Order: sequence, then C-alpha cells, then structure tokens
Amino acid sequence: MASKTTNLVADWDPNRAAAIINAHLGLEGPALPILHGLQAAFGCVPSEAIPMVAKALNRSRAEIHGVVTFYHDFREAPAGKTVVKLCRAEACQAVGGREAASFLLASLGIGWGETTPDGAVTVEAVYCLGLCAAAPAALVNGQPHGRLDGMSLIEAVAEETQP
Amino acid sequence: MIRLFVPKDVSALAVGADRVAKVLTQQAGEGVQIVRTGSRGMTWLEPLIEVETPEGRIAYGPVTPADVPELLAAGLLSGADHPLRIGRPEDHPFMVRQTRLTFARCGIVDPLSLDDYRAHGGLEGLTKALAMSPEAVVAEVTASGLRGRGGAGFPTGIKWKTVADAAADRKYIVCNADEGDSGTFADRMILEGDPFCLIEGMVIAGLAVGATKGFVYSRSEYPHANVTFTEALILAREAGLIGPDILDSGRSFELELRVGAGAYVCGEETALLESLEGKRGMVRAKPPLPAHVGLFGKPTVINNLVSLASVPVILAKGAKAYADYGLGRSRGTMPIQIAGNAKYTGLFEAAFGITLGEIIETVAGGTLSGRPVKAVQCGGPLGAYFPPSLFDTPYDYEAFTARDGLIGHGGIVVFDDSVQMGAQARFAMEFCAIESCGKCTPCRIGSTRGVEVIDKIMAGTERAANMAVLEDLCQTLKYGSLCALGGFTPYPVMSAVRHFPDDFNGSGTSAKVPAE
Ligand SMILES: Cc1cc2nc3c(=O)[nH]c(=O)nc-3n(C[C@H](O)[C@H](O)[C@H](O)COP(=O)(O)O)c2cc1C
Ligand code: SF4
Ligand code: FES
Ligand code: FES
Repeated sequence: MASKTTNLVADWDPNRAAAIINAHLGLEGPALPILHGLQAAFGCVPSEAIPMVAKALNRSRAEIHGVVTFYHDFREAPAGKTVVKLCRAEACQAVGGREAASFLLASLGIGWGETTPDGAVTVEAVYCLGLCAAAPAALVNGQPHGRLDGMSLIEAVAEETQP
Repeated sequence: MIRLFVPKDVSALAVGADRVAKVLTQQAGEGVQIVRTGSRGMTWLEPLIEVETPEGRIAYGPVTPADVPELLAAGLLSGADHPLRIGRPEDHPFMVRQTRLTFARCGIVDPLSLDDYRAHGGLEGLTKALAMSPEAVVAEVTASGLRGRGGAGFPTGIKWKTVADAAADRKYIVCNADEGDSGTFADRMILEGDPFCLIEGMVIAGLAVGATKGFVYSRSEYPHANVTFTEALILAREAGLIGPDILDSGRSFELELRVGAGAYVCGEETALLESLEGKRGMVRAKPPLPAHVGLFGKPTVINNLVSLASVPVILAKGAKAYADYGLGRSRGTMPIQIAGNAKYTGLFEAAFGITLGEIIETVAGGTLSGRPVKAVQCGGPLGAYFPPSLFDTPYDYEAFTARDGLIGHGGIVVFDDSVQMGAQARFAMEFCAIESCGKCTPCRIGSTRGVEVIDKIMAGTERAANMAVLEDLCQTLKYGSLCALGGFTPYPVMSAVRHFPDDFNGSGTSAKVPAE
C-alpha cells in the first residue's frame, strides 16, 4: 500500500531554505511561519531543513522536530500532485460525508492520509473547513467544493488530475 | 451603472459562485459592475446573487451558471420576476427574524472597501473609543454584558480589566480565529465578509488595555479567509487604521495574521499562545492566566473573533443598546450557525433566549432530507447531542449548562433519523484521540480506550459491563483532564448514551466508520 514516505524531496535546495528561514527571522515567534514557508516551497518540511531551522532559532533539533510532528499539516515527504482535504467532521457526517469519503477512497484504492501509487492523489482527513452549511465539503488543490456526494467528489478530483 | 453583487465567501465558491460571476461578466453586457461581497449567511441559497434597484437589492438564488442567460432574459438587471427570485434579502423570513449587530454588514459591503465600511457604520466605535479614556472603554464593554463567544462565556470586560490593570512594558491582543468546531463558520464569515470590523475591534481592545500589538491566529483550513484578511490588513495599514498613528490619534497598534497548522487543540487559548510562540500546541496549566502571563510572558487579552468583532457595534451604539437584547446573564446577540442536515442552513444572529426548538423547526425548517430530526449537536465536537424532547431549552449559556450541554461557539449540527448515535459517540472519542495534545493520560489514552469499548458495546460483547466501563472512562476524562478537549468529550458520548440507549443495544448495526 502507498504510504506517506515514498516520495523524496527532489528539489531540495539549501540556499532556498536558508532564504526562507532568514526572511522570517524578524518576526515574533517565527517558527510556524518558517515551517509553512518551507512546506510551501518544497511540498513538505525536508528533514535537511530541521537543523537549519534549529540553528537559526537557537533551539534544539529535537525541539523543532517535535514541532513539525505535532501539527497535522506538516509533512515529512511531499504529497501527491493533487491533495484532497476531505472533511470528516460531524456536519459533513450528517449529510452523507462518510459515504462520500468511502466512495472516493475505494475508487482510488487508498486509505486516509495515503497517496495513490502513481503519486497522483493524496487524501487527507480534515476536521471542518467551515463549509458546514454546504456539506459535505472538501478542498481539492485548495479549491472549495460543497454539497458533495460520492460521484461529485470523484468528479472534482478528476477535474484536477486530468491534464 | 447597474451593480450586481456576487458573494466571494468560500461557502458560495464551494457551490459555484465564481463560475456564476464569470458567466455574468461575459453576458450581462456594458454598464454592469460586479461587486464581490461576503455572504448574507443564507447558505442554502448560495450562490445568492443580488441586483441593485430603486426598490433596494433584489436577490436570486441558488443560481447556477446555466441559469444566467434565462435570468438575464427575464430581466435580472431590473429585479424582474423569476422562479429563483427571492426578493429583498432583508424581507426574507430567515433575515426578518434576526437581529444583525455583529454581522450587520456581512454580505452587504465589499469586504475590501474602507469607503463601503465607513458608509455602513464602520469606524464609529473606534472614533468614539479614541475620544474616551481607556477605563471608560473597558467599562462600556463590561456594561454591555458581552461574554466570550469562543465557548467558555467569560465576561469580556472583566478579562480586559485584568489586562488593563497589569503593569508591563508590552501587552498583546490575540484574536482566537482557530475556529475548529464542526458546524461553525462565524469567524470565517467575518474574516471574508467584514474583515475591517475585526481590525476595528482589536484596535479598540488595544487602546482599552494599553496593548500595542495584536495577532490574529487563523487556521490553515481557511485559505480563502486568510487571503482576504491579509489584503484587509494591507488596506488598513495604508489608511492609518493600524500602524504607528491610528487615525491621527498619536496612538499605535500593529496587527499580524498567523496561521495554524491543523491542530484542533490550538483553539484552546494557552495552546494557541504556545503555537504563536512557535512551540508544540501543548495546553498550559492555569494559573497563571494569560491576562497576567500570556504571549511571550506578557499580559495578553485572548478573545474569540466574534467577541472582538462585537466590540465596534457596542461602542458605536452604546453598552445599553447591546445589553437590551438577551436573557438573564446572556446579553446581546449570538451568531447561531445552522449546519448539517437542515433545510435552511447558514448563520442566524439572534438575541439570546430563542428556544432550540424554534431554531430547529422554524428557522432551520427541519431536515434537508425531509426525515424526522433525531438529534442536534450543539457547541461543536465537545458539545452534547440534544434529542427533540429537549427542544424547549432556551438558547442561553446557563440553560444549556443546566441540561449538560453547551452553546460553545454557536454551532448547531442537525441529524435526521438515519444517524446511528453509537457511531457518533465513537467518533467523539476518536476525535479526542486524534487531537489530544498528549499532556493528560485520560485524554491521550482514555480516548483510544473509549473507541475500543464502544466498538465492543456495538458488537454486543458484554454490553452491560462495557457500558459501565464507558461511564467510568467518561468520569475519568471529565475530572482528570487539564482542558475541555478531554474534559468535555464525555458530553457528546454520554448524551448519546443517555438519550439514545437503543443505539447502543449491541445489535452490531453501528454505521461502519472508515478507519483512520
Ligand atoms: C480544545 C479546545 C478548543 C477550543 N477552540 C476554540 C476556538 O476554536 N475558538 C475560540 O475562540 N475558542 C476556543 N476555545 C476556547 C478558548 O480556550 C478560550 O476560552 C477563548 O478563546 C476565549 O475567548 P472568548 O472569551 O472571547 O470566548 C477552545 C477551548 C478548548 C479547550
Ligand atoms: S485534556 Fe487533552 S488536550 Fe487538554 S491538556 Fe489534557 S491531554 Fe491536552
Ligand atoms: S499530532 Fe495531533 S496530537 Fe500530536
Ligand atoms: S464539518 Fe465539514 S466543513 Fe464543517
């Protein structure tokens, strides 16, 4: 089965990472903005960046690693090309969210948090997108979709994955 | 120039508002301006478009791109009749029943126009606050009776006074916009639909307590809101609403947006402060209170977004005008968010005191599916499930507490009779396990035990004995947890057990939840 760690950070660039870190050092509490910046650039927080962040912030590597692993968003390897953030929370459950999710996962042949073997799609569980009045809801590559069912969810994903 | 209004609120985008705007731009012709707004909060009607006419704005919805040619042919631009015509939004029964104070501008103004903001009463509160002493501003907020809208319902004025009275070289205002509760989107609607209102409220808070720096802690699940709010901050800085010299008063206030990283527990105020400081979002033991030792060790006001966004109207209209609404110790209005399996979903701002039954049956119109309501979960994932037999409960902090529930951040999720309450109880435990910060054993381990025990009950394994284990576990969680994540998870679980015992009968009919 596909897993979270099959991909490598192909475009790792220490200079780029250093620039991202430096750009945020003037902020109060810069750690999260730095980690978000790294993930936006590399698709994950590359392990190579951890000692750099630790040094810049005068904290231990273990501490920074602890921060990265605490938050559900931060990945240690890049996700698939299309990321589906699919809501699993109660308002979506109330209008068929579980069924829509099962339908998508079964059709992709993966489980929550997994990536298809071809690296095309990752499905991540999120707990509420604030779209609970238009549920079930998902963000597909950042695009919002509401009032979903299994079919329309698959269509939304297909729209993003087709060339 | 004819003006058409199309919401840009993410709930409208999720059902095609951008595509509707695009077709309108192509087909409406010359002399038509399309203004993007926030949402009115009638989400079931989204995309809800409006046209400005001499009779006021006339709304149509829900509009699909395919409806546009026909709408234009029917005379959309003059507000003509059509099956999708709603009429004036403010005359719609869903709106007529509301008292829009905090959300007065939402869905009406261009969220990124300060001129529009001023034209609709914006900055009146701040202008008044600048002419008052800080003590008088705090006194006004206290007199309004405003209580925290984030869940705990603590009086906002008293919190502010504590920070105002603390001596320090630096103080902070932190806006808790980590709106993680399922069924809630009020914070998001302000960020997207009336961002200057939050900025104004935070500047007033800064003036009142002597803080010169503020942070808005939003969530990564709200990318659209974060984009809009970032733009609003730039405009506010350019206009001198924030910065070194607020509206030429000589007073300063700086404001930054920060975005979380997917951790429900970071909505808890001390975990949020840890996160802002760049640490793991672990809950801090209290005391000390954030008001004394908060962000970076400095006295800090941390308030929910709706609490802060209610301050401008309180200052503008006066504490009494606000306190005149409500019931008992719940003064003013609450943005009630109706979600899930309801016919009329959206945001309903009302004075406290309306009953749960009125909200569900009249305002929400029952279920979307048309089947009977079986349960409603109030106050997010840590809130109780209410059966229809408790629908006489008035919407009021104390009345909900008296029935082992909470109003929380104002979310109400409606379920029809196809819901299996054992599965809902299981999810509550599972959610606690996923989101636990890990500090307390009952929350970290007990929640996983809870999932296993509920699975056994649902499978019919030693039902009575396992029910007793579940009750015990809930007691341990309730009394052995540092924060409400562990402490309140028993509410949804035990309310499901108590009100829907048949759903725990061990017949093994639990709706199968996909494993995490
Ligand atoms: C697990 C947990 C999650 C919370 N999530 C939020 C939240 O998303 N937004 C919020 O304003 N308060 C949240 N709270 C409540 C905050 O701790 C705090 O009471 C609130 O920010 C205070 O602001 P207020 O007085 O204006 O309500 C949460 C509490 C707990 C225990
Ligand atoms: S109850 Fe849970 S989330 Fe709250 S402090 Fe304890 S372990 Fe952390
Ligand atoms: S990562 Fe979610 S609690 Fe640790
Ligand atoms: S519960 Fe799914 S979007 Fe809020």
